[in-house]
Amino acid sequence: MASGKEIRTQIASIKSTQKITSAMEMVAASKMRKAQERMAATRPYADKILNVIQHLAFANPEYRHPYLQDREEKQRVGYIVVSSDRGLCGGLNNNLFKEVLHEIKSKSDKGLQVDICAIGQKASTFFSRLPVNMVAQVTQLGDAPRVHELIGSIKVMLDAYESGHIDSLYLVYNQFVNTMTQEDTFIRLLPATPGAPSEEMSHHWDYIYEPDAKEVLDDLLVRYIESVVYQGVVENIASEQASRMIAMKNASDNAGDLIDDLQLVYNKARQAAITQEISEIVAGAAAV
Amino acid sequence: MAMTIHVDIVSAEESIYSGLVEAVIASAQEGEVGIYPRHAPLLTRLKAGEVRLLKDGKEEQFYISGGILEVQPHIVTILADTALRADDVNEAAALEAKAAAEKALNDKSAKLDFAEAQVQLAEAMAQLRAIERARKTRKH
Repeated sequence: MASGKEIRTQIASIKSTQKITSAMEMVAASKMRKAQERMAATRPYADKILNVIQHLAFANPEYRHPYLQDREEKQRVGYIVVSSDRGLCGGLNNNLFKEVLHEIKSKSDKGLQVDICAIGQKASTFFSRLPVNMVAQVTQLGDAPRVHELIGSIKVMLDAYESGHIDSLYLVYNQFVNTMTQEDTFIRLLPATPGAPSEEMSHHWDYIYEPDAKEVLDDLLVRYIESVVYQGVVENIASEQASRMIAMKNASDNAGDLIDDLQLVYNKARQAAITQEISEIVAGAAAV
Repeated sequence: MAMTIHVDIVSAEESIYSGLVEAVIASAQEGEVGIYPRHAPLLTRLKAGEVRLLKDGKEEQFYISGGILEVQPHIVTILADTALRADDVNEAAALEAKAAAEKALNDKSAKLDFAEAQVQLAEAMAQLRAIERARKTRKH
């Protein structure tokens, strides 16, 4: 049995680990709240832009932007995979990557090849070790990413789509359902299906366009895709923080359990030592 | 109070302004436009420049670096860009993203970064565990 002193140092070391994990839990909780606010702030823009695109696609059926034309998946499929930059957030990234691998496998069974655009350090590290074609990456976005940091990598994928190099483009990220649940989500970005316009937008009226409908629609579609990807990134950050919060809470709880167990062992050892000492004294006294 | 029109200025990152004003003046691609209530529906690109909102004889100004202006009779929406966008700037950003990917793919020998070292450690540990398990089953 370990001696009293050894157990005491072990308890002290676990306690200091527990301090770190509980601090990380609290930091993650506050960062999660901020990320949730940021998530809510991105919504009006994306909703509005979608509304206008729906109306435009509806009002100009004769003009079909390449992004809106249906295409068959013949050769190559593009994925934008969003991950976190740091670890210690439970199985968040690994679960997502596992789903992506499944997806890649099912695509390659059909004879399709895959292009990956990695957002976040973890995705970059993971996919650079795999025999897949990683065409673009962006890492170290921090807690408050900016749209312009993403534009470059998104453009690589959009250009590939426009030139016919890839036949479709998907966005993969962790959707923030609530603090306990984050769901890995696949969204098809291209070809885009904006859906039918709402009641209010579908009445028989049309905008005055300056310079013309085509150019405005082109601009809007690119911005729409960027805003969807940006939303995905922001949502993934909220998921990361939520997941880290839970992981660190579990770690703190486990550390507490460990400390309780060790404390028990320590008390027993101490009691045993005292008992032994007393019995030695008593035996000594009896001998005299 | 004079007739008013609802204005939303939103960017992909945040909502910048929302409220009732008497008029909106913005620099559209084809020239400056002034929007008053009951303007005909209009959709136009905006150049980098000021957006001025008139309200109670006062003026509020916002600088935007481009975007889209959407007008409906009682609602004006400005979808503002968050950064200056020019084709060559976007091109440069795209090249940068590509170069970063290539660097990550090729830069294996130079120095392992921390994340990669972690992955390798996890892999090695998994292998060791597998070996140990194999040994145990053989003994029994």
